[in-house]
Amino acid sequence: MDHLPALVNEARAAIAAAEDAQVLDQVRVRFLGKKGEITALLKGLGQLSAEERPAAGERINEAKQALQRELEQRRQIIEQAAMQSRLEAERIDVTLPGRGQVNGGLHPVTRTLERIESLFQHIGFEVAVGPEIEDDFHNFEALNIPAHHPARGMADTFYFDATRLLRTHTSPVQVRTMQSQEPPIRIVCPGRVYRSDSDLTHTPMFHQVEGLLVDEGVSFADLKGTIADFLQAFFERDDLNVRFRPSYFPFTEPSAEVDIQCVMCQGNGCRVCSHSGWLEVMGCGMVHPEVFRHSGIDAERYTGFAFGMGAERLAMLRYGVNDLRLFFDNDLRFLSQFN
Amino acid sequence: MKFSEAWLREWVSPALDTQALADAITMAGLEVDAVEPVGAIFEGVVVATVIAKAQHPDADKLNVCQVDDGSGEPVQVVCGAPNVDTGQKVPFARVGAVLPDNFKIKQAKLRGVESRGMICSASELGLEEGHSEGIYVLPADAPVGKDFRAWLQLDDHTIEVDLTPNRGDCLSLRGMAREVGCVTGTKVNEPGIATVVARNNAQFPVVVSDGERCPRYLGRVIRDVDITASTPLWMCERLRRSGIRSIDPAVDVTNYVMLELGQPMHAFDLDALNGGIEVRRARSDERLTLLDGQEVVLDGDTLVIADHDRALAIAGVMGGEATGVSGETRNLFLEAAYFSPLAVAGKAREFGLHTDASHRFERGVDPDITRPAMERATELLTAIVGGSPGPITEVRQPAHLPRRPDVELRRERLSACLGIRLPDEDIQRIFRSLGMTSSAPGQSWHVQIPSWRFDISVEEDLIEEIARIHGYNRLPVRRPQARLSLTSDDEASQPLRRLRRHMVSRGYQEAVTYSFVSPELQALITPGALSPTLANPISSDMSVMRHSLFPGLIKALIHNLNRQQQRVRLFETGLVFQGELDALVQTSMFGGLICGSREVEGWFSSRDGVDFFDLKGDLESLIALSGEADAWSFIEEMHPALHPGRSARLYRQGKAVGWLGALHPAVRAELGIKPEVYLFEVEQEALTRGVIPRFTPLSRFPEVRRDLAFVVSDDVGVAPLLDAIRARAGEWLTQWQLFDVYQGKGVEEGFKSIALGLTWQHPSRTLNDEEINQLIAGVVEVAQTRFGATLRS
Repeated sequence: MDHLPALVNEARAAIAAAEDAQVLDQVRVRFLGKKGEITALLKGLGQLSAEERPAAGERINEAKQALQRELEQRRQIIEQAAMQSRLEAERIDVTLPGRGQVNGGLHPVTRTLERIESLFQHIGFEVAVGPEIEDDFHNFEALNIPAHHPARGMADTFYFDATRLLRTHTSPVQVRTMQSQEPPIRIVCPGRVYRSDSDLTHTPMFHQVEGLLVDEGVSFADLKGTIADFLQAFFERDDLNVRFRPSYFPFTEPSAEVDIQCVMCQGNGCRVCSHSGWLEVMGCGMVHPEVFRHSGIDAERYTGFAFGMGAERLAMLRYGVNDLRLFFDNDLRFLSQFN
Repeated sequence: MKFSEAWLREWVSPALDTQALADAITMAGLEVDAVEPVGAIFEGVVVATVIAKAQHPDADKLNVCQVDDGSGEPVQVVCGAPNVDTGQKVPFARVGAVLPDNFKIKQAKLRGVESRGMICSASELGLEEGHSEGIYVLPADAPVGKDFRAWLQLDDHTIEVDLTPNRGDCLSLRGMAREVGCVTGTKVNEPGIATVVARNNAQFPVVVSDGERCPRYLGRVIRDVDITASTPLWMCERLRRSGIRSIDPAVDVTNYVMLELGQPMHAFDLDALNGGIEVRRARSDERLTLLDGQEVVLDGDTLVIADHDRALAIAGVMGGEATGVSGETRNLFLEAAYFSPLAVAGKAREFGLHTDASHRFERGVDPDITRPAMERATELLTAIVGGSPGPITEVRQPAHLPRRPDVELRRERLSACLGIRLPDEDIQRIFRSLGMTSSAPGQSWHVQIPSWRFDISVEEDLIEEIARIHGYNRLPVRRPQARLSLTSDDEASQPLRRLRRHMVSRGYQEAVTYSFVSPELQALITPGALSPTLANPISSDMSVMRHSLFPGLIKALIHNLNRQQQRVRLFETGLVFQGELDALVQTSMFGGLICGSREVEGWFSSRDGVDFFDLKGDLESLIALSGEADAWSFIEEMHPALHPGRSARLYRQGKAVGWLGALHPAVRAELGIKPEVYLFEVEQEALTRGVIPRFTPLSRFPEVRRDLAFVVSDDVGVAPLLDAIRARAGEWLTQWQLFDVYQGKGVEEGFKSIALGLTWQHPSRTLNDEEINQLIAGVVEVAQTRFGATLRS
């Protein structure tokens, strides 16, 4: 019994000296295990007299509990240190770039077309598409452009033979829709169109979105509202000035060109708008009764409006692209700017 | 249409400055393309007379001139122009004058002789393009001492209007003036045109045999003219400001009248004509040499002006060389006619011509202006070239003259279309200003259309006129009303948008290539394939419609490889055109291409190049979007542009829908492409069509997995083997994994080891070993008997 304090000191020293969990456990076994030295003292209590026994037992138990607490504390310290060193060993350079495939991107024309489609789909328009090799009837005749009409000169046409051609606009899709569907009709027709023209500001192929709304009681006022809303939404500018200029398309009457306040210079005048402050962005008008007649729609009962715009032109204005031809070079350095 | 602002203002002069005038014209629907000053900026130039000329003592090419500039004292100038002479009126820049480009005139000594000013050429004053031959000699009546700018009215602008094809009536000063008067509410001063009194009885007979195409023909003989006379400067200047060069008085006057009144005219050399004029259809194979020297072969559909021997001119398009006016011409025959638009339409283009006359006749010339134009031209011409005019010969077939039927405008229709009810006074005022007469308003207006408005024939045309003159931007703005009705949505199909985005997230960049490609490239990629060829391509390398997306994708790849891009992943969607024109199929395709390293270059990545399975994996993940990957199969087949051992045809439910493979090494060599290239293209419809998911109850019972390894011959395809195994493994097979394909040590050459993990699970009970063993025995049996496979121990 007398050597209990010495034993406790010895145990404390051993606990403090233990550097890892394994050594600490050996210390525990040596002092507090079944055959441990402190345990042995407890077992030896039986040899003491009944008077001495409780006090001695208490002392030994206190010593045992104290050692257990210290063991536990030490164990926590060791575990923490072990965790600490593991974490340090596992440290990485978090500034390195991540692994895996990088994203590609949509072509800016697609991006623009989808944006235009969405804006109109949100107010109940559907997307309609059609063939690109068209016939004279759908591309011209049905749109009130008879043979030899001077308006044929408005778009230089690619021909295959006397009657078959590459569509010069997506209007044939409107004709096809009106032929097959009863009003109300609300469609937008995106797609490739072709004109025999190639220079700095023209490519022989480009993209258009045309729209058509046919219903009872549709007026020029509805057209103005729809177009102005669309342009303001497309450019995300509530205060964008929009103006309508009388113009001529054989398939609409009245017809209008639509100008917006230049989005490059806010209408102050710059190279892009030829210092006029205005940019011509689309054409529109009320569907000509002759077009309704060709498509089998009752022009007395229904009225409608149609509009059309060039996707490349809008993309150039929206994203600040200054060279039309870039759209068809498919240069990755260009395409990846729209990812 | 290009004209001088000052000339227009003689007709109509609203209180607007130049820009505001141009804006008003634009907003009337006649788009002003350009407003340019008619001459360059200069000052200090006056009209002067050369009163003396002497040879420079020290320079052969210089003259020392004395000039009277109206200041009272003669001024000495050294002049190098070869054409300078005494008595000439000239533009003279005094000392202190500033010529274009800020060129200041100072007192100077030229080879020792004092020179105080400069006699100017037209180009030095910015009045002629390029370099003028000599000094600008002015007419004898030019007032000495007068400021040259003011005298020539150079503070003027050229206004160029891009007219739409419906507004042929505005192809003249008269027409433009009417429009400007109308939109600005300004009075138009129509200059009076006097009837020229005939001074002889000379007539040249005219017969019109096609009255439908030429319902009105006017001719007039003018005898004893002197075509060598000069066109007055004011007329030359007006022509110049309208973009027309002065040629000779006859041509200048006919052009002037065309600009002024809109009536194209022609002057023949009367002495070159034989017998009389006949307006008739050309005989087939009749030949005519035109004014531009071109010989054309005519056909029976072409209207010509002929004499008793031959065709002289294509009616309304261009005159002939043989009967044109020249310096020797003594007697003229002037023509002013109305040719119907259908007579001229398409004719000019048919002969590769586009003339000011055909441009106007195609669009419609006012049939009531023929006679005034003839009188006007006679008056102007005789004032220059002298001569004695005869009476006008007119052949008229009133039944064929264009009649503008009255148009009815319903009040209700007008307000319904514009969304506004305009006051009657406004509408009546607009009609009046447009030269229309209308009935008193009731439920509708009955409107008489003026002879020059070929573009107005239906109610909507009048509605546009009302809207246009009222002002589009003053009309109300509304939003369309519609019933909210749901539309169906096909859940099974994948929108193209989703497919595109899927490719984007797998690292592909979308390309848009031309739908027409080079026939050589197409022949290399799809030899023998038929697709339509353009009759009028931009260039031969864009002349044939693409039969496949491959040529465009390959061209885009080459563009990028040539610009040091090492890693290219592209996709494109769009139509391909297959078959001859009469059996053409236009199919939407989805295609892709990869080339270069598998991974983006980075600290973690290998430099391995892409292979077949990279592209196949991307394609399979695209296919999987449909939820029906099982419907697809990849069958080894030969494509002319693909590597025969690394290409597959794609089938969906047994229908061939596309191709996948490595670009053939020979094709690569031909195109100079070094790295390997893999491509696919699939019909879009096959990719977008899918299925709606169907739920199967989850089993609560344990699953059993067994791994099997087979050794099969190299030429056994894994897919058919797997299909057969799956078919034999019974309905409880829930998963199958191909987890290893091995060749090398331990496997005989010409064979491969295929390791499969098969998992079974019963929906309502636990499967026992015996059942599993039986299934495996079946699987092994089918692999052995149908594919010669042996189970690897």
